[in-house]
Amino acid sequence: MIELDSVTVRLGGRDVVRDVSLRAEPGSWLALIGPNGAGKSSLLGAIAGRLRSSGRIAIDGRERRQLGRRGLARLLAIVPQSPLTPADMTVGEFVLLGRTPHLGYFGREGAADRHAAAHAVGRLELGRLASRRLGTLSGGERQRAVLARALAQRAPVLLLDEPTAALDVGRQQGVLELLADLHTEGGLTVVAAMHDLTLAGQYADRIALIDAGRLVGCGRPEDVLSEAVVARHYRATVRIADLGPAGRIVVPVRPAPHAAEVGR
Amino acid sequence: MSRWLLTACILLVASLLAGLAVGPVHVSALGIVEDALSHLPFLDAGTRLPRVEEAIVWDLRAPRVLLGALVGGMLALSGGAYQAVFRNPLADPYLLGAAAGAGLGATLAIAYGHGDDGLRPLAAFAGAAVAAAAAYLLGATAGVGRGTTTLLLAGVAIASFLTAAQTFVLQRNSDTVREVYSWILGQLDTAGSGDILLVAPYIAVSAAVILAHRRLLDVLRIGDEEASSLGVDVGRVRLIVLAAATVGTAAAISVCGLIGFVGIVVPHTVRLLAGASYRVVLPLSLLFGASFLVLADIVSRTVVSPAELPIGVVTAAVGAPFFAFVLRSGRWVGV
Repeated sequence: MIELDSVTVRLGGRDVVRDVSLRAEPGSWLALIGPNGAGKSSLLGAIAGRLRSSGRIAIDGRERRQLGRRGLARLLAIVPQSPLTPADMTVGEFVLLGRTPHLGYFGREGAADRHAAAHAVGRLELGRLASRRLGTLSGGERQRAVLARALAQRAPVLLLDEPTAALDVGRQQGVLELLADLHTEGGLTVVAAMHDLTLAGQYADRIALIDAGRLVGCGRPEDVLSEAVVARHYRATVRIADLGPAGRIVVPVRPAPHAAEVGR
Repeated sequence: MSRWLLTACILLVASLLAGLAVGPVHVSALGIVEDALSHLPFLDAGTRLPRVEEAIVWDLRAPRVLLGALVGGMLALSGGAYQAVFRNPLADPYLLGAAAGAGLGATLAIAYGHGDDGLRPLAAFAGAAVAAAAAYLLGATAGVGRGTTTLLLAGVAIASFLTAAQTFVLQRNSDTVREVYSWILGQLDTAGSGDILLVAPYIAVSAAVILAHRRLLDVLRIGDEEASSLGVDVGRVRLIVLAAATVGTAAAISVCGLIGFVGIVVPHTVRLLAGASYRVVLPLSLLFGASFLVLADIVSRTVVSPAELPIGVVTAAVGAPFFAFVLRSGRWVGV
């Protein structure tokens, strides 16, 4: 579980996240949505300890500040927006790095670590690419390798910043279905910044809408995602259709022409 | 890895033997092996070399060959470590001003040491260590949160300042120019067993520390933030590895002068041959670096025999074309 209480993040002399209080229950999927520059990535950075913040952040009931680096890494796995993937590292080597929090300072990976990495490679369908160098992969394949590294970490909480940005629609669905399986079967808690409102509405249990650094809405997708809310915070014209158990889809539509232009 | 490890070990043994055998007086490699065996206790094997050849091999050449192996291995290993820490393929062991500091130290010792040869290695060692420490402190305090860029810039600033100071001292003591440049171009010809005893402990400890960090240096390849999110204390790893690489480099250049290119050529060659993982690059750099400098020393003392070329000239003569080859072939391997 993740608890945020009055969290503020200050960057470059201004508050990019202001007084945000949130809660992600164990085994739930919380999607952070909001327009560009709203503060979603900064909030994830604060949870991950990458950005300094004020307020209280607790993970699994423990104050984040009291967790050491390794302790935090055992609880939180992170999939960043623009991960560094060394061109000459193989997929297998890269995924195995995910076991780092479970090793001592001078430790070496054992059979259990190799098994965990191989399992993650298998779940992301990277088996045939395991010996390929990252520099030879497509953007989508690299993205899956980054996800596999995070899964190999076997942390109970997964933070993702735009996890499907580089993937085609099929791979998007595949990755999100995998995450959905992990969070329902294995009790994985997922906190993901998501741009795609349809995917956020279909996969997340709860959605937190952030605008200008403030939390402006939080609840079930059907409570947060409305045409009026999207128009107000994204300045976008959309139609939202409810497909029942399949979730809600958000479709951008062209704004209606102004009356004056129509009459001309 | 194991294939390349075996190859590196065989090459090192062959290089050491060649280093002992080749010279103005040629001694057969087989004869050297038999002579070495005859010295082993409880093993009644091998026949001894004639007395003169034995003296040439063990008293004159062996210290030089051993020192070459130690220094070559250390410089190559330090180069690989610097490249890992800075994630920069052009990083070498002299990046934080160690060369400039050692140069100033040696120049001061030559100019004002009243002919005391024992002062030069100490002054070079101290100069290298102080320069690198100053660059690290400057870079770390000025660039909190800015990764390694400020460390690099601090190294450039410290090196420039110390080089200027060295030039000033040289200008005031122009009679020492020849001796200083002879040191700068690197030398193994004055090596004695005392030199080996002096530097071996530093090199052994430094090498052990760097090799123990090879897994963590692989983690650093994914960037400071990512490595930190995997629980690695990036600052601590960087400080320990840089300190070990700098102490080892300072020890090496304190007795041999500035031998360039080993720290770049060898790790890059290893990457081309065996892959970019530091679990492979570092141990192989140590072994191939040792072989490389022993072989370079053979060239330096035979190509214009009976005179000798400074060994730094030989390593640069190999290093520069190697770079040209790598750049033109497009086989550049990242760090």
